Amino acid sequence: MFEALSDKLKKVLKDLRGESRLTPEHLDLAMREIRIALLEADVNFKVVRGFIERVKEQAIGQAVLQQLSPGQQVVKIVYDEMVRMLGGTSSRLLFTSRRPNPVMIVGLQGSGKTTSTGKISRWLQQNQNRNPLLLSVDVYRPAARDQLAVIGKALGIPVFAGEGLSDPLELCRAARLHCEQVGFDTLLIDTAGRLHIDEELMTELDSIKREMQPSEILFVADAMTGQDAVQSAREFNERLGLTGVVLTKMDGDARGGAALSIREVTGQPIKFVGVGEKYDALEPFYPERIASRILGMGDVLSLIEKVQSEVDEKEALKLQEKLESDEFTLEDFRDQLRQVKKLGSLDSILSMIPGDLFGGMPKMTPEMTAQMERELKKTEAIINSMTPLERERHQIINGQRRRRIALGSGTNVSDVNNLLKQYVEMRRMMRQMTQGGMLGGLGGRVARRITGIGSKRKKKKKKRR
Amino acid sequence: MFWKRKKGSDFITLGLNTPAEPEPEVKSEEIEEQTPAAADVARIEPVGAPVMAEAPRDDASVEEEGFMRRFRRAVQATRESISTRLDEAVRGRRQIDAETLDELEEILIGADIGVQTTMSIIEDVRKQVNRQTLRDVDELKHVIKDRLLSILLEAGRSRGVASETAVAADVRPYVLMVVGVNGTGKTTTIGKLAQRIKAEGNDVLICAADTFRAAASDQLAVWAERAGVPLIQQRQGTDPAAVLFDSLKAAAARNSDVLIVDTAGRLHNKANLMAELEKMKRIAGREVPGAPHETLLVIDAVTGQNGLTQAREFLKAADVTGIVLTKLDGTAKGGIAVAIARELNLPIRYCGIGEKADDLVVFDAKTYVDGLFE
Repeated sequence: MFEALSDKLKKVLKDLRGESRLTPEHLDLAMREIRIALLEADVNFKVVRGFIERVKEQAIGQAVLQQLSPGQQVVKIVYDEMVRMLGGTSSRLLFTSRRPNPVMIVGLQGSGKTTSTGKISRWLQQNQNRNPLLLSVDVYRPAARDQLAVIGKALGIPVFAGEGLSDPLELCRAARLHCEQVGFDTLLIDTAGRLHIDEELMTELDSIKREMQPSEILFVADAMTGQDAVQSAREFNERLGLTGVVLTKMDGDARGGAALSIREVTGQPIKFVGVGEKYDALEPFYPERIASRILGMGDVLSLIEKVQSEVDEKEALKLQEKLESDEFTLEDFRDQLRQVKKLGSLDSILSMIPGDLFGGMPKMTPEMTAQMERELKKTEAIINSMTPLERERHQIINGQRRRRIALGSGTNVSDVNNLLKQYVEMRRMMRQMTQGGMLGGLGGRVARRITGIGSKRKKKKKKRR
Repeated sequence: MFWKRKKGSDFITLGLNTPAEPEPEVKSEEIEEQTPAAADVARIEPVGAPVMAEAPRDDASVEEEGFMRRFRRAVQATRESISTRLDEAVRGRRQIDAETLDELEEILIGADIGVQTTMSIIEDVRKQVNRQTLRDVDELKHVIKDRLLSILLEAGRSRGVASETAVAADVRPYVLMVVGVNGTGKTTTIGKLAQRIKAEGNDVLICAADTFRAAASDQLAVWAERAGVPLIQQRQGTDPAAVLFDSLKAAAARNSDVLIVDTAGRLHNKANLMAELEKMKRIAGREVPGAPHETLLVIDAVTGQNGLTQAREFLKAADVTGIVLTKLDGTAKGGIAVAIARELNLPIRYCGIGEKADDLVVFDAKTYVDGLFE
């Protein structure tokens, strides 16, 4: 996508080479492309209008830099402006010393309030050292309170049952009292999802706000929201005064232009993004990443961070030593595969990598990644079918052993041969790498190496056709 | 008429695309035939829910009119409807100029109709203006309206869905699968569908195959109880295909007319979850020939351009036959459905217009487009 945008810009700006400054005429053409790109990413058209104006102002008259092509330069201006607009990187919730600090979670139906409530409580417990109590005041949707109860149980975070109570305000008061008595310092209130034009609900939310005086009011918005994001965000903000935004379902492939719209109309920072169905799939918000994503530039930063947090440093170091002393066994190889698996599905990993990182490798389709995942599984199965001694010393694996391993793993001998070949080559490569002093980024390297194997094969197939 | 099944005849009319033609005689027979049959099946009796089948036909069509009116109102509820904005754009202008077209472009994009579809509509208009066949500003409205209408009507014309016309009586159970991304309103839609299909005299069974989300089947159970429809469910975490299998067996044993299958919400870019849907589809087809007979994709009206990708991926994995547009009672009007209709040839079949059990209506393209413009 980024390729597409910068390519288009390259085309419309190609005759700018000879000139020393960006001219309005050229920019008009470029802005048209940028406008379409933003609209396709679901940024609200009014927000786009203002945005384009500002970018244009900044760009006109700028000297054409030598290092960048005019197209790249325009993209950079756009990107920088977008990051500035999205700004405010704090993902900490602000609390006072009172007990409890109520936090209201509000939003449209189906935006992911209840799941987010669970995720945030876990986050607060782990990152801000809070002791939260969960409360659902969604007395309307069938089983909404049960849903929160199940989530709380899974997380080991208490949920206020409020048996016999069916009035949101009464529930709030009772939960607050419970917090005071038991000593919970944070009360997360999961509210009912309703439409922002539903007067009754907005009044109800307002009365909860008055009663509870929450420290934070977080607006949960679906990253897939289209042009209407502006309307609902504005309405909630005007009625309640939001203090932050949670953007959910960012693990989908929506470009998330709604983030820009919501930020613009509420003026409140986006504090978290939801990136999966598991309860730890909540990340702090980084404007750079969303900006790249809206512009279709991939999300390399997220990937790097993911690799860093998931790959155990100690293990990596141990591996390093092994590699240096040439003791990298098939057992270690399997551990590496498992590390890669820990990062999540290949799909999600690859979706974070911009297309041009593998030297213009064509975009992976889900079928291709599924194929690669099957390969990984097969590899693991083969190693699992080896004896410890074989894993330790691959040289002893002769024809007979290969047949047995193939039988045991449900593969055939050529698969086993391939794996051993790959392993030997990988060992050699890794030794070279470590000697080159590539410390730290080992997990990433391995991931790339393994995915690289798959892609090479794909390329060959293409050529044959 | 929403759904209709004539027992004892060779065909079951589901009456989705046919106008509500009152046939009082058939209706009363149907009730007589239905009631004893219904009593044989162990089921939860409706708890104070309005049962439309027992209402005289006249009331039913009045009811249907009521739906249309409410649908129209829901669609119109936009504060800045296309129409008012269009009027503003052309105020004081005699002729259609470039600026009017730019405004028009923003209006359409602002309704989530999408860049591609909008561009094609604008291009059409531009051509007509250049050819001098379109000059009047008032006419512009009609042209766009016609264009949107033809996109919506065209969709699905080639895509035959059994329930559009008639289903042979031996198609039993008629399997209806409901899919979509998280939080679009699948479970609620199923609750509403079950209520209405049952109200028209069919034996309905619901399969709670959303075994993933916390308390999903509890939510569905509440709906099932409201509708008085039996529900097949299992513990959270069970393989959804297994629940589906059980449900298909149960539906066969009970001789149910319609089996509605709830599925867990899934993002369309998760290959393994999409594969799970394919598996469910396969199982259904193996147990009941031709099943699932209908697969509805639920799309939230606030969804932006990603809706098109959603539809594309679900179409690929689950052979979606139609769209249900939910939460139309908000300010978003689900314009993405127009883009889906245009690019993927998928018709919108139902609309959710509220939170109550009867807040589900059969989509009517003309009412929808009129609503956008009134």
